[in-house]
Amino acid sequence: MAKILVVDDERDIQTLFEQHFRKEIKQGELGFVFSFSGEEAMGYINEPEHEAVLILSDINMPGMSGLELLKLIRAKYKEPPPVVMIITAYGDESNYRMAMNLGADDFLTKPLDFVSLKEKLKAIIK
Amino acid sequence: MSISVAPFIISLIISIRLRKHARVNTLPEQEKLLKYGFYFSVFLISVEAIFSILSITQWFWGLYMLALVIIPLQQIEFRPLRMFIIAFVPFVIELVISDLTEAINPDFFKTSETYFKNAETLTIIWMIAILFSQNRQSKAAEKERLKRLKEDEINRAIAIRKVELEGLVAERTAELTEQKEELEHAISELRATQSQLIQSEKMASLGELTAGIAHEIQNPLNFVNNFSEVSKELLDEMQTEMDKGNAADAIQIVADIKLNLEKIIHHGKRADSIVKGMLLHSRVSSGQKEPTDINALADEYLRLAYHGLRAKDKSFNASFETDFDETIGKINLIPQDIGRVILNLLNNAFYAVTEKKKQSGNEYIPTVSLTTRKSGTEVEIRIADNGNGIPQKIIDKIFQPFFTTKPAGQGTGLGLSICYEIVTQLHGGQLKVETKKGEGSAFIIHLPV
Repeated sequence: MAKILVVDDERDIQTLFEQHFRKEIKQGELGFVFSFSGEEAMGYINEPEHEAVLILSDINMPGMSGLELLKLIRAKYKEPPPVVMIITAYGDESNYRMAMNLGADDFLTKPLDFVSLKEKLKAIIK
Repeated sequence: MSISVAPFIISLIISIRLRKHARVNTLPEQEKLLKYGFYFSVFLISVEAIFSILSITQWFWGLYMLALVIIPLQQIEFRPLRMFIIAFVPFVIELVISDLTEAINPDFFKTSETYFKNAETLTIIWMIAILFSQNRQSKAAEKERLKRLKEDEINRAIAIRKVELEGLVAERTAELTEQKEELEHAISELRATQSQLIQSEKMASLGELTAGIAHEIQNPLNFVNNFSEVSKELLDEMQTEMDKGNAADAIQIVADIKLNLEKIIHHGKRADSIVKGMLLHSRVSSGQKEPTDINALADEYLRLAYHGLRAKDKSFNASFETDFDETIGKINLIPQDIGRVILNLLNNAFYAVTEKKKQSGNEYIPTVSLTTRKSGTEVEIRIADNGNGIPQKIIDKIFQPFFTTKPAGQGTGLGLSICYEIVTQLHGGQLKVETKKGEGSAFIIHLPV
């Protein structure tokens, strides 16, 4: 089953996603995996049997940042390229441009609008 | 032809000496009389020479010379010359006696003329002896007088020099007083500048913190918003489930809502503590020690420093590790001040690893670690980095005010000196540094419990 990999150093993000998408998870429409750092996320997608097709990553994390993670993913995975959506607490212009230049598919700012995120995710997974 | 050579010469000697004395001591009356006496003696010798009337003039010589010795001896003004005059007295007396004897009893005089001659010789010897000793005495007196004069001169010179020196001393004292006042003024200006610098240093570090603070507040606030929203949705769902009579599902949702409310409280408190920390930092230090959880304080500043740098420099990247000794409990310290020390040391550590990252390849992982330990009566806070280390030649200078290795405009050079002062003077602790070239540095704070 196609999974969405959520990368954020804030652990409560997991609870938040699981509650917002409780119906979708229950009905098997969406599946999530969580990583709490860029390094952990790289470890997960390096596993051959991983199912992540969409990656939602925060920028600001200790160690590897979301932008570095994006750069590594874009360098390593050509076919099929996973969808990468970047999330940040600061929706500033330079972060946006940097993310787009590195090949991000979307750029979201915190606090997340879960209603529109839900639609976007459903559209991509389908 | 016979003339009175000896009386003339002797009377001349006496009258010249007496006149000199009269002149020096301003005795015009005596001087005038002596002048007449002198003219008289010249007149007498001239008369003798022309008329050969020695038998008459000898009486005048006798009287004149008696007057010349007896009158001054009775006058107080000539007292200093007493010995001088006395030298001539025997001669004059002998002269008068021999003249009288010759006139009264010429036979007797003839038979005893030899005695009179001898007596005359004796009086002359007496005269010479007295004058000689007088001369010696007056020479000694003169020497003494000169010596005294010289001493007086020296004393006068000393007195003049003393006055000069006193003037100089007064001048120097005035100069020194002025300099002292100038220095005091300069010191008070420096003190004012110092406190301004400390304040601006604090404000600068607060500026560096702003982005970190924004991030740190934004995150919990996002959670508060998101968990509130999802809870509202859950309540709607719960309502639906209850309407359907699905009690088990409703109970499950209640548990979730409860969990969410706990999350909301947790993140609300998190934001609260950050705002408090920021206020603590910007506030003028109370200078009061209070029981403080050093681990919480250190952790808070670590996050602020890290996110501050992250926000300022997008490419900034470093790992941080914490190892807190949970047995420390609360220790007495001035939280604002120790917070500043930790923040400053962390900023330096992050700066050091960033500098090394710029020079190194991808295999270098910039790492900053923060460790707390309690040992006996001490608490140790260790902030270590794996940067380039501090060169040995500057290690002695790093705690000096205004010493900085950062490019102009990037550091005040006050950070570490203020840290040192806070730890050692305000807390009676120690601030040490360990460093190894190419491997990193560690700053260790020791605080007494």
